[in-house]
Amino acid sequence: MPPPVLQRLAAVLSPDRILAGAAQLAAYESDGLTAYKARPLAVVIPESADEVVAVVRFCRDERLPFVARGSGTSLSGGSLPVAGGIVITLNRLNRILRLDPDQRIAVVEPGVVNAHVSVAALPHGLYYAPDPSSQPICTIGGNVAFNSGGAHCLKYGMTSNHVLGLKAVLATGEVVTWGGASREQAGPDWCGLFVGNEGLFGIALEVTLQLLPRPESYHTVLAGYRTLELAGDAVSAIVASGLLPGAIEMMDALALEAAVAAVHAEYPPGCEAVLIVELEGPREVVAADRVRLDAILAASRAVEVRVARDADERLAIWKGRKSAFSAVGRLSPDFIVQDGVVPRRRLGEALRRIDEMTRAAGLRCANVFHAGDGNLHPLILYDGRQPGALERAEELAGRILRMCVAMGGSITGEHGVGVEKRDYLPDMFTPDEVDCLRRLREAFDPLGIANPGKMFPAGEASARPAHGLHPLERAGVISRV
Amino acid sequence: MTATPASLAELQDAVRAAPRVLAVGAGTKPRLAAAADGTRRISTVRLRGITEYEPDEYTFTALAGTPVREIAAALADRGQYLPFDPPLAAAGATLGGTVAAGLSGPGRFRYGGLRDFILGVRFVDGDGRLLRMGGKVVKNAAGFDLPKFFVGSAGRFGVLGELTFKVFPRPAARLTLRLPAAGPAEIAARFSAIGRARWEAEALEAVPRNAAVYLRLAGPAPALAALAREVLGRWPGEVLSEGTAAEFWAGVGEFAWAHPGGLLAKVPLGPEQLPALAALAAGLADGRVHFGAGGSQAFLSLPAGGEPARLDAGLRDLGLAGLTLRGDAPLRLGRVADPAVAAAVKRALDPAGRFPALDPS
Repeated sequence: MPPPVLQRLAAVLSPDRILAGAAQLAAYESDGLTAYKARPLAVVIPESADEVVAVVRFCRDERLPFVARGSGTSLSGGSLPVAGGIVITLNRLNRILRLDPDQRIAVVEPGVVNAHVSVAALPHGLYYAPDPSSQPICTIGGNVAFNSGGAHCLKYGMTSNHVLGLKAVLATGEVVTWGGASREQAGPDWCGLFVGNEGLFGIALEVTLQLLPRPESYHTVLAGYRTLELAGDAVSAIVASGLLPGAIEMMDALALEAAVAAVHAEYPPGCEAVLIVELEGPREVVAADRVRLDAILAASRAVEVRVARDADERLAIWKGRKSAFSAVGRLSPDFIVQDGVVPRRRLGEALRRIDEMTRAAGLRCANVFHAGDGNLHPLILYDGRQPGALERAEELAGRILRMCVAMGGSITGEHGVGVEKRDYLPDMFTPDEVDCLRRLREAFDPLGIANPGKMFPAGEASARPAHGLHPLERAGVISRV
Repeated sequence: MTATPASLAELQDAVRAAPRVLAVGAGTKPRLAAAADGTRRISTVRLRGITEYEPDEYTFTALAGTPVREIAAALADRGQYLPFDPPLAAAGATLGGTVAAGLSGPGRFRYGGLRDFILGVRFVDGDGRLLRMGGKVVKNAAGFDLPKFFVGSAGRFGVLGELTFKVFPRPAARLTLRLPAAGPAEIAARFSAIGRARWEAEALEAVPRNAAVYLRLAGPAPALAALAREVLGRWPGEVLSEGTAAEFWAGVGEFAWAHPGGLLAKVPLGPEQLPALAALAAGLADGRVHFGAGGSQAFLSLPAGGEPARLDAGLRDLGLAGLTLRGDAPLRLGRVADPAVAAAVKRALDPAGRFPALDPS
């Protein structure tokens, strides 16, 4: 006999779309932050925006915490269930409601997979720019909640820069509509405030996305360096040149080793760092810019510079980069992905200090990062079966985050605070500022039922450690960035 | 008596010193600074200067009262720029006022508007607390994105003290094309076609009175000539001389086409609403309209003593919202529908109502 609250829930949603069995719930206990697990009371599967609204209002009336979930790829534990709460899965709200090539917009439901937007836009010569590495599976709803980034943020920004309009149900049950087809707006930027709310304000029901014309041509270059410093110098030279590459990515030796093992990527031998630089735009513009980029790289003391000659070679370069995270899973049973940001000019110093701290902790750390915008992704390797290993890894992760803040950066560039970094929020914000954030949260969610336990420090949610790759990661379906 | 703080600490004191306050900048958008009697104005005139500029980071931080043209000059010295072309720079617009108005110029077409380049803010909330939100690096996802929320917030939720922005390297060259377009429908059609094209135009505006669309290309000089040839192979038009182009864009940025002393309002829209808005403007006595950012925003102007009430009603009928920058009209025009949460957020940032209410204006 289900608990009375679930019997009442059955009046809101068809019982066959309420999962409450232990085996059914097990699949939802964790997300991309595999070190944490929590068992919800139930998982519900709405099929329409109206059903999502009804479930949220039910949760409000019952004072029941809820967590919205797309594909569960959050690396900060953003969709970690609240023990005893409701998980609202949005995967069935997966329709592209409208695609208007003249206005260059797509209106989508939250369960639409990121990559599917670009697939739908392709026949019109358009695409959706934000490209987190999990894009073959992560959903727009999750991207909106966590303001997801990707490899092209320096030039194109994050999810927030591409969300023009939103219809959302707030934790109060109120349904709001902000923005629309226009790229401009009058009055405060409510969409901007909502994107990146980490599920603490409510649930997006419809999202209007801006689409961009697909770049006509690319010039993608991979350069190998004997040292991280030389690669860092090359990044500085590119930035100083006045070029605006679509992406500047870097991988260190351990990350390269992982990519070679996992997807048979081929890199110049003996390199401590590999740089990926991509120019894109109209062919005449790329033709002129590549002359300058090639000259910079030729003078950068690279071991080898490889230019992608066609689309296949370009994809091969990106495959090595985008699979690097899950590839690291081959080197270690468990790992933590960090997401700190430092000023770009301090990248070299940050990497040296990460290396020192890692050695001192007796751990290994691979580095894959967005060099163009200073967004680091140290991957701290550990074996969760060894007593104290997770704690040592988390302690190292914490030291890295504090270093990022001390350098004038951020604890998170694109993964969000979530449950993972909530204890570090006070490192970035004063008590008054944390209070201001709390007041905002209370304005949207006075009962504290929307994704409690995330972003803010102090234990609102219980979670117990686990270890291992996400099942979809093991299957090679998703990767972490 | 207007307060004139010269530091962030003094700004904080000024906010605490009066029960009703409103920040004002250079007064280039005077409607934003209008407030009920008994409201003390805090001028940012002495809150001026670039506090940090790191060309290698593509970021700068400046006090809210810093004139935009000073920032543009400092950036230009290092080959950089604010890609959204903040308007009214020559008139003396401040950085803080530009954020409060949420104003972007022609360049917003290519890389996005002010909201897409603001990274961080230090502001004083209604409790008189000096708070920092966002960050000083180009990428940051920690905390709620209040910097974006302040864009267009018209001083109703806090007083801006200091702002951090992302900047880009300046394109090596620019080329402006003038393409005749007979009426609103043709303008909308050009906007749609050019918006989807491979050329990646930097700016795309239309002046119905000139019956023309203006397209600006930016990038390496040799590439621009080739792109321009292709555009002119598709539609009739001409390449403007450097002098003519500079004059045109300066006029756009300063709203030189608007009625002096009259009403000036910004109206966001989608390209498909362009013909209807053009018709609305044409139906108002001496109504003038300028379409910007590829049809994502319109600016409307009426002569002094014109018909703002008819403009307001007309926008409401079209389901459009507007913001009055100058002239005697409600601050917010057209469709105004604040959800309950708007009042809750106002209370969160300004519990005692120290700043003017969003409505009534």
